[in-house]
Amino acid sequence: MASHGLSPSLNRLLLALKYATFQPRCCAVHKAHYSTVYNGNEKTFDKILIANRGEIACRVIKTCKKMGIQTVAVHSDVDSSAVHVKMADEAVCVGPAPTSKSYLNMDAIMDAIRSTGAQAVHPGYGFLSENKEFAKRLAAEGVTFIGPDTHAIQAMGDKIESKLIAKAAKVNTIPGFDGVVKTAEEAVKIAQDIGYPVMIKASAGGGGKGMRIAWNNEETREGFRFSSQEAASSFGDDRLLIEKYIDNPRHIEIQVLADKHGNALWLNERECSIQRRNQKVVEEAPSTFLDPSTRRAMGEQAVQLAKAVQYSSAGTVEFLVDSKKNFYFLEMNTRLQVEHPITECITGLDLVEQMIRVAKGYKLHHKQEDIPINGWAIESRVYAEDPYKSFGLPSIGRLSQYQEPVNLCNVRVDSGIQEGSDISIYYDPMISKLVTYGATRAEALSKMEDALDNYVIRGVTHNIPLLREIITHPRFISGDISTNFLPEVYPDGFKGHQLEASTRRELLASAAALHVASQLRSQRILGNQRVSNSPVECSCWELVVKLGKEAHPVTVTRSGNTYTVEVDGERVEVCGQWSLASPLLPLTINNTHRMLQSLSRDASGEIVLQYLGTSFKVRVLSKLAAELNSYMPEKVPEDTTSILRSPMPGTVVAVSVKAGDTVAEGQEICVIEAMKMQNSLTAVRQAKVKSVHCKAGETVGEGDLLVELE
Amino acid sequence: MDQIYKDTKHRKFLAQVKHGAVVAALPQSSSQRDCRWYSVSNLSVKERIEKKRKAALLGGGQKRIDAQHKKGKLTARERVELLLDPESFVESDMFLEHRCSDFGMEQDKNKFPGDSVVTGRGRINGRLVYVFSQDFTVFGGSLSGAHAQKICKIMDQAMTVGAPVIGLNDSGGARIQEGVESLAGYADIFLRNVLASGVVPQISLIMGPCAGGAVYSPALTDFTFMVKDTSYLFITGPDVVKSVTNEDVTQEELGGAKTHTTVSGVAHRAFENDVEALLNLREFFNFLPLSNQDPAPIRECHDPNDRLVPALDTIVPFESTKAYDMLDIVHAIVDERDFFEIMPNYAKNIVVGFARMNGRTVGIVGNQPKVASGCLDINSSVKGARFVRFCDAFNIPIITFVDVPGFLPGTAQEYGGIIRHGAKLLYAFAEATVPKITVITRKAYGGAYDVMSSKHLRGDVNYAWPTAEVAVMGAKGAVQIIFRGKENQAEAEAEYVDKFANPFPAAVRGFVDDIIEPSTTRKKICRDLEVLASKKQVNPWKKHANIPL
Repeated sequence: MASHGLSPSLNRLLLALKYATFQPRCCAVHKAHYSTVYNGNEKTFDKILIANRGEIACRVIKTCKKMGIQTVAVHSDVDSSAVHVKMADEAVCVGPAPTSKSYLNMDAIMDAIRSTGAQAVHPGYGFLSENKEFAKRLAAEGVTFIGPDTHAIQAMGDKIESKLIAKAAKVNTIPGFDGVVKTAEEAVKIAQDIGYPVMIKASAGGGGKGMRIAWNNEETREGFRFSSQEAASSFGDDRLLIEKYIDNPRHIEIQVLADKHGNALWLNERECSIQRRNQKVVEEAPSTFLDPSTRRAMGEQAVQLAKAVQYSSAGTVEFLVDSKKNFYFLEMNTRLQVEHPITECITGLDLVEQMIRVAKGYKLHHKQEDIPINGWAIESRVYAEDPYKSFGLPSIGRLSQYQEPVNLCNVRVDSGIQEGSDISIYYDPMISKLVTYGATRAEALSKMEDALDNYVIRGVTHNIPLLREIITHPRFISGDISTNFLPEVYPDGFKGHQLEASTRRELLASAAALHVASQLRSQRILGNQRVSNSPVECSCWELVVKLGKEAHPVTVTRSGNTYTVEVDGERVEVCGQWSLASPLLPLTINNTHRMLQSLSRDASGEIVLQYLGTSFKVRVLSKLAAELNSYMPEKVPEDTTSILRSPMPGTVVAVSVKAGDTVAEGQEICVIEAMKMQNSLTAVRQAKVKSVHCKAGETVGEGDLLVELE
Repeated sequence: MDQIYKDTKHRKFLAQVKHGAVVAALPQSSSQRDCRWYSVSNLSVKERIEKKRKAALLGGGQKRIDAQHKKGKLTARERVELLLDPESFVESDMFLEHRCSDFGMEQDKNKFPGDSVVTGRGRINGRLVYVFSQDFTVFGGSLSGAHAQKICKIMDQAMTVGAPVIGLNDSGGARIQEGVESLAGYADIFLRNVLASGVVPQISLIMGPCAGGAVYSPALTDFTFMVKDTSYLFITGPDVVKSVTNEDVTQEELGGAKTHTTVSGVAHRAFENDVEALLNLREFFNFLPLSNQDPAPIRECHDPNDRLVPALDTIVPFESTKAYDMLDIVHAIVDERDFFEIMPNYAKNIVVGFARMNGRTVGIVGNQPKVASGCLDINSSVKGARFVRFCDAFNIPIITFVDVPGFLPGTAQEYGGIIRHGAKLLYAFAEATVPKITVITRKAYGGAYDVMSSKHLRGDVNYAWPTAEVAVMGAKGAVQIIFRGKENQAEAEAEYVDKFANPFPAAVRGFVDDIIEPSTTRKKICRDLEVLASKKQVNPWKKHANIPL
């Protein structure tokens, strides 16, 4: 124990320092991705403050460490033991948990800069990354903002202005209304002029927040209301704009990199079409859809736009691409994007390093012809959310167990959490960005499959089931995707992996074998003389495995670590080490290697296995227990049509009904805000409101009773 | 061989034998069915044996079995079969019948071989256990003299060989027709419950009604489990309650599983139905030693004993007023996150239950900061004390996680006798001679610090996490007393925090053996338990101790 014999007050500090030591595995994994070698003679900054949290703060700190730059983390009080705080050389608390009081608190961050003497600030993404006010204040104090100039942020940050500039720079743009919409009625009028469908979005927005699609007047009014509320709460700016909504487009974006000397490069594209509620889920680089000439055309237009606003630093020009490969400028993000790692993988550049160099005023090393497309990279955004509810509603909790699949080669995991971290309602529910790459797309995809299967996350609901289904879906594999991929492929919502006869047998056999392995282990009492000498293991286990409503009789015989399971008239051989403690359950099933995960196992025979990404609950009972179980009464589940429970943890923004009101089917009952998204909860049937159990401003947990109907 | 049986003298002997005495000879003789040496009476005895056996297996008959099933309950025999390893059940007294001759009970139709209870022994995962299972289909499982006699017989045997007793209770109460004979039966059982207490583990699973005097047998056993919706425990039923106190109460409210697991603390856990309850009982049994002469069992363990748990390094919040879940710590430290919690819904400010460390059964006691700040009150003290005493009686090492702000103040507690109830927990920890390992995770304030398996009560290994604060009380209260009237309370508070809100005051005095990194806790405890396996400590001779009941 390091703290022995030290003064009491030093103790906590010492501990904090101990944690601050950089974890070498992150570094080792990272190195492999960059082909460019960092030039140690180029002096940049002594100390950089990272005005962000989570994975992106960690990401920036890693490059800073490589470049020998001291780092300062800022954090809210609840984040005081967060990974980014431990990784940084110094850390400053900038306020309480709500972002508006901490990570968006410019005064506190400016104080932190002064007190630590940081020479530059990397804003990451989100928070203050595209805030011109912040950039201005930094400039006023002589602190370098690692990003573009205020002028470019302002020009591109406003969607209306950016569109005008893009038009002037001869970049293809979408037809729409070039101005701010003031009222819902005006919105309806404009929408009718452009022609439905239209997109209503926050002028200051990004990341899908404050964005709504409307197909008719009614939806336009509703969309106007929601978007302006969300825009106000997310960006402090409720201005909206309306444009033609391009149905079934692809979302493809060009990474640009520019210096302060008029040089600008395009670093190829990223395909980000797989989205839910306008937020990206799976991204890849390059895109299967672009041919070299379209790629060049898009790249060149992106560079034209960057040059038109004297852009410097890394930036992203987003395009919508229709089925005929017509592309339209959507917006330019004047920051490092979440999905930048896939560009790094295929180009070998460290974008954060380039941003820091450029911010210091160095010229770009590279010429356009130096930018390669090496192989294929795919990124899955692993979120703490429930994919079975609208493709992902936020969930919260403590990561009781957490293992990233970083032992696999060609896998990069950018995360800012670790085992024991809390996913709270205050911040983005992203757990990590899981990036795999390979010489070909097929290789990258197969690696992604492995990586998702090996990813251990316990304590929060996560979207790995959805991610794995997407990357193994035939349409995705063939590259036939658009931003409507999810609603088209899962019109009734995501339901998890659908088992076929053969995979069902594999699952049932694995569960039965695991059950037997666990039963056998229960008999192994060490050093006990009082256990019967006569063998108690029967030669053949007769079991019943229940999956959903179906009960499958199975028989299991064992030979060493190999279990032969007869299920549904077929024989399945399952072989493994049968460690009953490990969350991962590597099995060889009929000579195919499968990585299953054991999520839980209880005394009443219930086993939850993660198989092909989805978790399946089965119940394994002996034949006798299954027979007797048929006498057990079914307990009546709660009538869910009469009660409204919160589908996620969050804050009640508004309650639209009171006891005694009559609500129509689909009528809004209350609005819950979680992770900055407002969700309207509606009545599933016409009914009279019996009682209301929540009020505006209240924090509610998942499953909390909100309203009861009669 | 045949020669012997042809001997007339022997034949005569066989003819005189009453049914029931030649059970052991039956299997062999069946192959000789056609042998000419069978006498007529011999044949009839065999027939009678088979007939009785068949009747015994049917209990109160198919109609009553169907009724039992309809209620969502299993029969006594089905329960035994499911509880024990396949084909391990050895039944005793299958032919025993009641001896009542009043009220027409002597009639043949009122005689059921085996009467209203199934008794015997068997194995659970290969380990010996004695079991009785009351048969509701025979006279509503009511307790006759014969019924009690059967139970007493297996309890006596269990005591002689040193094996646990499991009772599956499903009985309407005393056999009224038998009068005092039935009451005597109860008392015989109670006496054995008391004598067996601390000698072999005794477990009751209430799977139907259990009312009146009958409730005291489960109450005397070490653990009482219940089945939700189908089991009841009360001294007097709703009708009597209504007539005496004029209270309207349903059976479920008065003595259902929910009441006893959340309000009264009579039952230790409840399960959804018979099947789940019995399967869980098997799992629970695995934790227990067979008797007080046996060591805590060590099951094959797949969880590395030196596993580091990084999540623990951040689990205690920086603000000392903020709660966290002690169960997170317990799950992270024990083998395979497998924790069998006892009384999970009662006095939730203390967590108790069984787990394993490197395969060896341990008892876990922990204050729960999530509920009432983890303070000790009447209920949590009693809950903790009873658990600690069980562990001590049966050689199960105790691991205590301490985060306790003190005893709960207030008139309710004082009038309720927190002083004598709190003393129980203190007594239990002090008296215990099994290996005792204590980890102070955060607060260890006041008398509650002493109580929670402190060094002073013969704790073998006492650890503190860096977040530990061992002091008489929290900073605010202390400063108000020490610096009464002083202007700068904030400064005084800071001084106090600097001096006392850390593990050093305890560590420099040797009251904690080491300040450890939380992530190493599992590794260290596993290592210590190995060493402490040979711990020998004896309390002074006494007839029995006098715990403040």
